[in-house]
Amino acid sequence: MQTDTPKVDCAPAWTEAGTHAMSPLATHDEIARFNFLANLNKYMANVVVGGNKVAYDSRAKQAFRNTHGHEPQGRREIRAAMSVDPYYQMWSALRRNAMEMRQQAGRSMVLRQAEPLRDRARSLNAGAKNLQLHPNTPVPRYQSAIDNHCMPGSYYAEYLADDVSAAANYDAGMFATTTGLFGRYLDGAGRGIVEWLARRRPGWQPARILDLGCGVGHNTVPIAKAFPQSRVVAVDLAAPMLRYGHARARGMDIENIEFRQANVESLADADSAYDLIVSTMFFHETSSRALRNVLQEAARLLAPGGLHLHLEQTPYHAMEPFEQFLRDWDCYYNNEPFWTTVHDTQMLDVMRQCGFAADALFEDEIHAVVDLQMPKVGAEVEDFGRGGMWYAFGAERAA
Amino acid sequence: MDHLELIKLANAAAQGKRPYFFSQPDVDRLLSILLAVTQELAVTRERLDTVERVLERRELFERQEIDSFRPDADAARERGQWHIEYLARVLRVLQQEVETMQRSAGDVSSEDVARELAAG
Repeated sequence: MQTDTPKVDCAPAWTEAGTHAMSPLATHDEIARFNFLANLNKYMANVVVGGNKVAYDSRAKQAFRNTHGHEPQGRREIRAAMSVDPYYQMWSALRRNAMEMRQQAGRSMVLRQAEPLRDRARSLNAGAKNLQLHPNTPVPRYQSAIDNHCMPGSYYAEYLADDVSAAANYDAGMFATTTGLFGRYLDGAGRGIVEWLARRRPGWQPARILDLGCGVGHNTVPIAKAFPQSRVVAVDLAAPMLRYGHARARGMDIENIEFRQANVESLADADSAYDLIVSTMFFHETSSRALRNVLQEAARLLAPGGLHLHLEQTPYHAMEPFEQFLRDWDCYYNNEPFWTTVHDTQMLDVMRQCGFAADALFEDEIHAVVDLQMPKVGAEVEDFGRGGMWYAFGAERAA
Repeated sequence: MDHLELIKLANAAAQGKRPYFFSQPDVDRLLSILLAVTQELAVTRERLDTVERVLERRELFERQEIDSFRPDADAARERGQWHIEYLARVLRVLQQEVETMQRSAGDVSSEDVARELAAG
């Protein structure tokens, strides 16, 4: 091999991911499977996805016109045109398989050690007041109908008492899926929020913070760290995520987060209970009704002078139809059924309808703040919905 | 739970109808299998790389030796034979198709033989 051959842009090795008290043990080959998948995702994002536009411009558009008498209008007709194109079919099948294989790789690693992981969580969680589980919390239709992003059993399935395997699988595989773009501890969005807040409200210390749909607390932790005097309440539906998240945070010596099992459409807290209410990539896993319920609830819970900040995928209204079509892929083929609707929703309109009329509404863009030095060879490539950049929207309540 | 049950649980299908992208779902199935084999090849390659690096770290050999390795005549012939045997295994189906085409009488189907045997 020539020594002057230019290096290629590759994904960071799975062993670059941050470890913590709940990290599962990984064998050589389990790590290698993640390394393969991360690089498959990287190659798909850097090389393969671009061929879709070539296929569209060079043949799929014309084929559609031959049949329908006009060019595809909007993302739905583009999808109709592309769904019969062999290149798009191959890209789609590869991308679906990459996600299924990521689930398989994570589950085969985690399920073999489900009991020791559970025991580790039990010992870290023993006697903790900051873990509030309510096992009778119903799983709503938007979570039960389809397993999110092809994750068998979704966030909440339990194979043994006090199971944490769903969370361990979610945590372990995400670094491969995101190819390191969210950082070593997958907390790039939370760090981005901290940085954004420091610019928006320098020196502000929100005393009470609420995180909606926190998962394992990837993004809750950097916020709790940034505001060590604050009380953070992190709410999620899924007990395995909360058990794991609490144990993970405790292993990091973070004691100011309460992990609480509840549906955030309706919380038990008093009016004006929080100064800062955040969510990260949460709303696209709900429904139109739930979105409104959550925003109304969030409006009720925010104290005067407080701030809402929510991160979601880039909305479609300022985007070319072809890019909308590519981003829509996850809705239909990656088990994210509310994805397309949430992208189509004018969030600020919904916020006004939900009682934010008197508040200062805002939109912004927040980039992941990442603690991982990755050698960049080519230009930054966004994998249409999987990159480290989000649409931010929110409101500031008058003091 | 034994190993097979564990791997089957890891393999579980997510809830929600699975999309098939090609006009023939068989192509989707084959691609899934091929991609899994591709993954395992990458895993084996990484494992081999680990072995090489561990051996080098222990000063048992230099990895450069692999690239500069030239087999002697006997070793080269053994390798060639292995390649041929390997390809014969992989391409078995083509050989069998030719054998079948060459049978002058052609093969009878099991269904026909079953009926024949049942009748008497």
